[in-house]
Amino acid sequence: MSAVRQFNTRAHKALADSQLQRALAKARSGFVDKRAHAAASEPDFEHMRDQAREVRQRALANLAMCLEQFEQQVLAAGGQVHWAETPDDLRRIVIDICRDSGARAVTKGKSMVGEEAHLNVALEAAGITPWETDLGEYIIQLAKEPPSHIVAPALHKTRGQIEHLFRDAHRLGERALDEVSQLVDEARAVIRERFLNADVGITGANMLIAETGTAVLVTNEGNGDLTARLPRTHIITTSFDRVVPTWDDASKIIRVLARSATGQPITSYTSFFSGPRAGNEQDGPDQFHVVLLDNHRSALLGTEFETMLHCIRCGACMNHCPVYQAVGGHTYNAVYPGPMGAVLSPLLRGAPQDDALPNASSFCGRCEAVCPVRIPLPGLMRKLREREQQQTPAIASRWLLRLHARLSRHPALYRSLTGWGSRALALAAGGRGRLRRIPLLGGWSRERDLPAPQGGSFQQQWQARKGRG
Amino acid sequence: MAAQRIGLFATCPVDLFRPSVGFATAALLEAAGFTVEVPPQSCCGQVSYNNGLRDDAREVAWQLVQAFEPYDYTVLPSGSCAGMISHHYPALFAGDVRLPRVEDFCQRVYELTTFLVEVAGFTRLADNTASLSCTYHDSCAGLRELGIQAQPRELLGHCGGVVLKEMTDTNVCCGFGGTFCVKFGKVSAHMADAKLDNALATGADLLLGGDVSCLLHLAGRARRRGLDLQVRHIAEVLAGALSQPAIGEAAGQGSGKGRAP
Repeated sequence: MSAVRQFNTRAHKALADSQLQRALAKARSGFVDKRAHAAASEPDFEHMRDQAREVRQRALANLAMCLEQFEQQVLAAGGQVHWAETPDDLRRIVIDICRDSGARAVTKGKSMVGEEAHLNVALEAAGITPWETDLGEYIIQLAKEPPSHIVAPALHKTRGQIEHLFRDAHRLGERALDEVSQLVDEARAVIRERFLNADVGITGANMLIAETGTAVLVTNEGNGDLTARLPRTHIITTSFDRVVPTWDDASKIIRVLARSATGQPITSYTSFFSGPRAGNEQDGPDQFHVVLLDNHRSALLGTEFETMLHCIRCGACMNHCPVYQAVGGHTYNAVYPGPMGAVLSPLLRGAPQDDALPNASSFCGRCEAVCPVRIPLPGLMRKLREREQQQTPAIASRWLLRLHARLSRHPALYRSLTGWGSRALALAAGGRGRLRRIPLLGGWSRERDLPAPQGGSFQQQWQARKGRG
Repeated sequence: MAAQRIGLFATCPVDLFRPSVGFATAALLEAAGFTVEVPPQSCCGQVSYNNGLRDDAREVAWQLVQAFEPYDYTVLPSGSCAGMISHHYPALFAGDVRLPRVEDFCQRVYELTTFLVEVAGFTRLADNTASLSCTYHDSCAGLRELGIQAQPRELLGHCGGVVLKEMTDTNVCCGFGGTFCVKFGKVSAHMADAKLDNALATGADLLLGGDVSCLLHLAGRARRRGLDLQVRHIAEVLAGALSQPAIGEAAGQGSGKGRAP
């Protein structure tokens, strides 16, 4: 089955899923309105976006230096940096650290790199129980589903579905869970216990500050702090491209991150982790590990796709994408969905099924319009379409496109052919003004009528009029 | 001084499906004092470009540049094709010896409503005797690549009888997207339905837009659903050229609303 057909099979299921559609409708109005309000109430917002982009550009331009400095600072603080070329390497490194710590259970904050490496599956296989502590991640862990959004992993779930999951998992009997606040309290009670019992805490990082070897983590639940600071060992799983040179640079990213993601000026918690507990400190882990995943990212440096590494994972592109809003994240069948995922997923994983993702866009440009670091997402999707055309064997639709291009290079020939085409379609429509079924154009006519042409083509009619005049 | 010459690039969908938009465009430009010509023409290359056939797109683009560069201006009743030309042609010819000619040409290419407002300063628009209750869909490329938003509304404000009722999410994609609407038909139809429902909710009788491609898709979907909503290109309203049935409608059929009694 072709990649596009696979995407459509999932999309059709999503469109017919009334629960999912309810969840998506709620998210759409929430995220879009809140981001618009945040952008409008900050007069300097466009300038902030330019500054954030400049930080990302400069970080990548000085990548080797930044990473070297970051590693030195982490080492100086008593931590360790591990370089994982592949997801497999990352899994192995994390499991080795867990085993060295004698871990049987680990708490986890949200980490998209952890998702990318399917870390939970690997931990379980190694006999280590992963406890997700981010509410959304906890919900989808119970549901045994992957995240459907990079900021709100359980965005596809309705309140009712979450209630069912909790009732099944927590054996609650008849306790009321009608309000969202009751659901949150319920999850908190379960998760709080786990913070205290975990041997290792694994979090992601939104940024790595080179000058001090500091990992920055933003959350709204505070679960990141408890995951990072209570267990004896803290492991950060992230990718090397999160690095920024200085604290000043990090603050420039923070200014646009939450505004773009949730419309908040800043998240409830912004945590800075700089190594293990120092001798004069009361709290914090004994061990501090930063595991940096590559997974084909370094291959993007210096290529036409490098700007994709500027992404700060705010999710604004998917929140504003009409395709994502229609079909949800799982339809993309990739760790990263939506417009940023439609570019990043084919570049990282490169599975044949990912070819559908850059095609599943109407190029409406809304993603680029809201991207805090102005990544030209439609342009990058177009480049991926070019790559697909060059790398895959031609199919009938490509021959048609090429024939159209060939004809278009000869306007006189084109004019006579479209003239006949217009007339033929107009005749076929009779006086009805539209056609319901058109041979060879089933892709159009399955969903919509084809408005009939008005007799001959414009060029034909124009010539005829000028001839008379 | 002789009138300045405009090369009218009708665009494929107008050429094939909606000549009345081409004639309305010509009428508006002539009324604004320009001489209008229609040289032999085909496609702007966007179909090839967006489907990853960059080399094909460049050669299609080059025939257009050659055909239209003799004119003082090139005007199109489409934000999408105008965006393709003025926004993407320079990138398409980057590193090509033809780039200076392409850039010179692109600076003289305009979408219709932008040209009427910003170059022609033309405000003597149709004075419709019947009241036209309209809503306007901002097509994506025109809106986000060329910043077309105020221009069509300003022109409609100068147009007698027009009552504009703005819809929710007027700046959200209608789901056309070129070959997207064929490859991902149901997703595309879902997006069209959201747009059509928003348009209907305003109570307007007429859905207007600046791109016939989006409008063919929306009108086709509206007819399939049997909705009581007419669809037209803004040029027809501005020129008062409403004698042809709305897009996808038969003569003397369709909704009776929004017509002269």
